[in-house]
Amino acid sequence: MSKAICFKVAGLSKRFGGLAANNDIHFFVEEGEIVSVIGPNGAGKSTLFNCVTGFYKPDSGNVFFYGKDITRMRSDKVCKLGIARTFQIVEVISEMTVLENVTTGALLRYRRIKPAMEKAGEILTFTGLYEKRDFLGTELTIADKKRLEVSMALATRPRLLMLDESMAGLNKVELREIIDLIRKIRNEGMTLIIVEHVMEAVMQISDRIVVLNSGKKIMEGTPKEVCSDREVIQAYLGEKYCAFLK
Amino acid sequence: MVTHINFTIRRIIAGIAILLLFIVFPLVVRQPFHVHVMILVFMFGMLGVAWNIMGGYAGMFSFGQAAFFGIGAYTSSYLSIAYGVNPWIGLVAGGCAASLVAAAIGYPCSNLRGHYFAIASIAFAEIVRIVFNNWQMVGAAEGLSLPMQNESFANFLFNSSKLPYYYIMLALLLVSLAVCYFIATSKMGYYFRAIKESHKIAEVLGVNVVLYRLMAIMISAFLSAMAGTFYAQYILYIDPGSVMLLATSIQIVLIAMLGGAGSIMGPVIGAAILIPASEYTRVALGYKGTGVDMLIYGLLITLISMYYPEGVWKLFSRIGRKLT
Repeated sequence: MSKAICFKVAGLSKRFGGLAANNDIHFFVEEGEIVSVIGPNGAGKSTLFNCVTGFYKPDSGNVFFYGKDITRMRSDKVCKLGIARTFQIVEVISEMTVLENVTTGALLRYRRIKPAMEKAGEILTFTGLYEKRDFLGTELTIADKKRLEVSMALATRPRLLMLDESMAGLNKVELREIIDLIRKIRNEGMTLIIVEHVMEAVMQISDRIVVLNSGKKIMEGTPKEVCSDREVIQAYLGEKYCAFLK
Repeated sequence: MVTHINFTIRRIIAGIAILLLFIVFPLVVRQPFHVHVMILVFMFGMLGVAWNIMGGYAGMFSFGQAAFFGIGAYTSSYLSIAYGVNPWIGLVAGGCAASLVAAAIGYPCSNLRGHYFAIASIAFAEIVRIVFNNWQMVGAAEGLSLPMQNESFANFLFNSSKLPYYYIMLALLLVSLAVCYFIATSKMGYYFRAIKESHKIAEVLGVNVVLYRLMAIMISAFLSAMAGTFYAQYILYIDPGSVMLLATSIQIVLIAMLGGAGSIMGPVIGAAILIPASEYTRVALGYKGTGVDMLIYGLLITLISMYYPEGVWKLFSRIGRKLT
């Protein structure tokens, strides 16, 4: 049984001056999948995220979301269509409380504050931040900020959630919690694309992995396939890590 | 929950009491100068509230509000002198004119934030001032004098007493506070605050940043222009040197920031402190020509920004919470 194609990138390229940050990248994501994008620093992972969510304009290639061409679409329209994302450097509204932050996201689908706030409360219960709903954005730890950012993204009621390094800088316990949360979100039927450096997490949660290096896709496959690929080991994972996995 | 309702009721009662105080004030204190100072407090309060909508909520630090104020004053005055248009219609026409100009300058500035927006706003306001200073049709540097007419509410003109001006300005201030309250408690207010944090975060939450920034700047311009029309009808003489000054723009920012940017009442409290401080020190000490009045005024601003950088409103709300 084949599932619907949620998201597709076809021949995407983006140059910054002489540097090809993304060079002819192809991949697709089926509905309900978790696909991770990995690669060394500067491989073009964040550029890819920015190109498909309207923050950068790609030079060539196309991006499709449920068959609809969303190439070069403005970022707020991309969000309205149902793609939500988080940022590598966490972004929350510092002068708002946690509840107000998530309410702002929910207002995309509601006109009035009250239903949006109720929805925000539900989401915070789901993500486990409800106890801290009255804290200001600035008062949160990094782990909670990342959790809040995910809550805000969920509040826009997306069909595809893109997480940019949601696990970086977290300790073991926090890592465990965010992995559980991602699984929980997937179990609700969400499709996810994840950029991540924390390999133990990537290997655990991904259905498929796309590997980038110097702006190009060098490999795509299941976690197992990726781990045993010579080129990926050389470019990114390293011999030691793969020995450890086996 | 019960305490929360009590708190709200007490606040409403306190609000009504303060409002009654202001309504009775000119009936008790009859000296025209005191009434004049209060009128200025209301007018700058309104300008502060208007600034606050774009500056305090949406994070666009405009140092060019005097341009909108002046455009409002000039639109109603010119329409009245040249075509005999009623000033009440001029009040709305001035607001519309200022909003259109605001949109025309706001759109190309859509990506400017922080200092850069502030610099652009100064440049814009200075351009407007220089244009009016040389524009023969609207009297250039000589300005416009509004002709004497019979005093009546319909003519927006009163010679024998300042009282009607006082109440009209109070009403305009209340209107702008209502607008600000509506914005702060609606979707628009949430979106403004998201934009203030960063354009990136607003966009990723699905906010059309360009559109919402335009709305903020246009509403702010409309209200500022209404205050401008009021000023023209009150003083009956305007020129670029009195209604389009950079100093006025800066004073508006000071009032809003020191009173409490991003709170509904903050700018009104700022006006209530700074305007009397500047007017009374000027009257008491200004004639000596030593600039002592400006020294005291400057000292006050320094003290507030040192001890209450978030605005005097913070102090007030803390006291209010203790009392209730």
